[in-house]
Amino acid sequence: MKLNATFISGRTVDQGCNLENKTSQAYFNAAGYCEMNSTDAGKIGVEPGNNVKVTTDFGTVVVPLKICEGNPDGLIFVPMGPWANAVVDPDTKGCGMPGFKGIQAEVEATGETAPTMPELMDRLK
Amino acid sequence: MIIKDVLCPFCGCLCDDLAVEVENNKVIDVQHACKIGSSKIMGHDRIKAPMMRDDKKGEFREVSYDEAINEAAKILANSKRPLLYGWASGVCEMMKKGVLLTEEVGGIIDNTASVCHGPSALGVHEKGMPTGTLGQFANRADVAIFWGCNPVQAHPRHMSRYSVFAKGFFTTKGRKGRKVIVVDVRKTDTADLADEYIQVNPGMDYIVMSAIRAIIANHADVVPDNVGGIPKEKLVELAETLKSAKFGIIYFGMGLTQSRGKYKNIDNAVSLITELNAHTKYSIIPMRGHYNVTGFGNVCAWETGFVNAVDMSRGYPYYNPGETCSNDLLMREEIDAAFIIAGDAGAHFPAQSIARMGKVPVVQIDPFHNPTTEMANIVIPTKVSGVELEGTAYRMDGVSLRMRKLVDVDFPSDEEVLDKIIAKVREIKGASS
Repeated sequence: MKLNATFISGRTVDQGCNLENKTSQAYFNAAGYCEMNSTDAGKIGVEPGNNVKVTTDFGTVVVPLKICEGNPDGLIFVPMGPWANAVVDPDTKGCGMPGFKGIQAEVEATGETAPTMPELMDRLK
Repeated sequence: MIIKDVLCPFCGCLCDDLAVEVENNKVIDVQHACKIGSSKIMGHDRIKAPMMRDDKKGEFREVSYDEAINEAAKILANSKRPLLYGWASGVCEMMKKGVLLTEEVGGIIDNTASVCHGPSALGVHEKGMPTGTLGQFANRADVAIFWGCNPVQAHPRHMSRYSVFAKGFFTTKGRKGRKVIVVDVRKTDTADLADEYIQVNPGMDYIVMSAIRAIIANHADVVPDNVGGIPKEKLVELAETLKSAKFGIIYFGMGLTQSRGKYKNIDNAVSLITELNAHTKYSIIPMRGHYNVTGFGNVCAWETGFVNAVDMSRGYPYYNPGETCSNDLLMREEIDAAFIIAGDAGAHFPAQSIARMGKVPVVQIDPFHNPTTEMANIVIPTKVSGVELEGTAYRMDGVSLRMRKLVDVDFPSDEEVLDKIIAKVREIKGASS
């Protein structure tokens, strides 16, 4: 079962607190997760802390799930950072700004582990 | 020793009322700051010495500053299309040197606004921007709209100092005398504090603004029953609230600049403000991220005429966002070297853009190990501006303030490193011409 969702990324306090601490576990905890509401989580049979795989036309990333009831149905949030960047749209539509918000995504349960920051960057070398 | 009236070198609020306790040249306590500002000033593990490696997958080896600076200069001097990106976590003094270095090497200088409020600059080019200072908004605004921004998470003291709870000359009741509206795609923590939360469907901000403009222009008859997920009657009510303000302000963030429409959303928001000014007094202001990203826009504008994405390869400044912004350059695989300073492209660019950085020499100037370090060949650690170095920074509203130095360290400043690189580049280029 896959959830069709709209992906957005953005800032959080914890992501901000660890902006100069990006090699730490705290940064992974702050930026490496995917938020959706509990109805959507129920649809794909995942609980908080379970890993989910987020796939867009631009990439795939595995991160743990968090619940945020403020998200409407079908809206997922990943804090800005390397995990979000794995699936965002690099096309700037001619204005310099990539598509960090409003990307069509599929989310599913997975047994795969979430990559660390260096592992994500290694993929790009 | 307690140092008072310290400025916070984190976000564009540039809070200037911090008290920092320093003992034996170490920060041991930070008062009045938000959690993020406190975390920044208390500090984190940093890069201890300059490092180099030929193979990006290999291990770094520690080198001297002179060696790292000379090699960095060689990379820049010998590249045809270097990108010099970042700049927002530094003080204005180093930004000026950055523009000079870019001119020397015929490169492109771009800052973090490229992935933040760059589209806001384009919106300003289209329509201008009726704006003001945070002090004016704190003292005057009785209606505050947060559109696509979440200050509780991104600018934690903005609401208490300036926008929501602040009391001022005409706003003596503070929060009680102020109507607070949040427009967003999800119910954020900021929305929880608002009088009114209006949920817009993702990517529909532009048409929602157009609908509000139509209602304000007495053309509610042309507005459909539901616009972008919002019932028409709600929009009519919102338009009335906006018009009823004595002084209204729209604070906006990445919810507008990064979603569908991008700079056109800003263009439309400014049009809305202009039309509201026919009824009452309104302003609009972007919620800037880095504490001195606004400073870069100012420095770059007075040095080159443009706020970011300036291409110096022609020998004069050329600006064409969409062509000369970092991600466009990287995605077209035009860049043959990247110089990343006081900003973390590795953490905040799309993976495909960063992959281009994986194929070219990358020089990083930064106090901290971050994803850009993972992509770098040369890493040069410097002082943390606003903690270990004083200098000028611009608050999100364009007010320039002087950052303080709290402790002494042995690291060089960004400006000192840039000066040395500029001198070396001139030497190399002079020898080859």
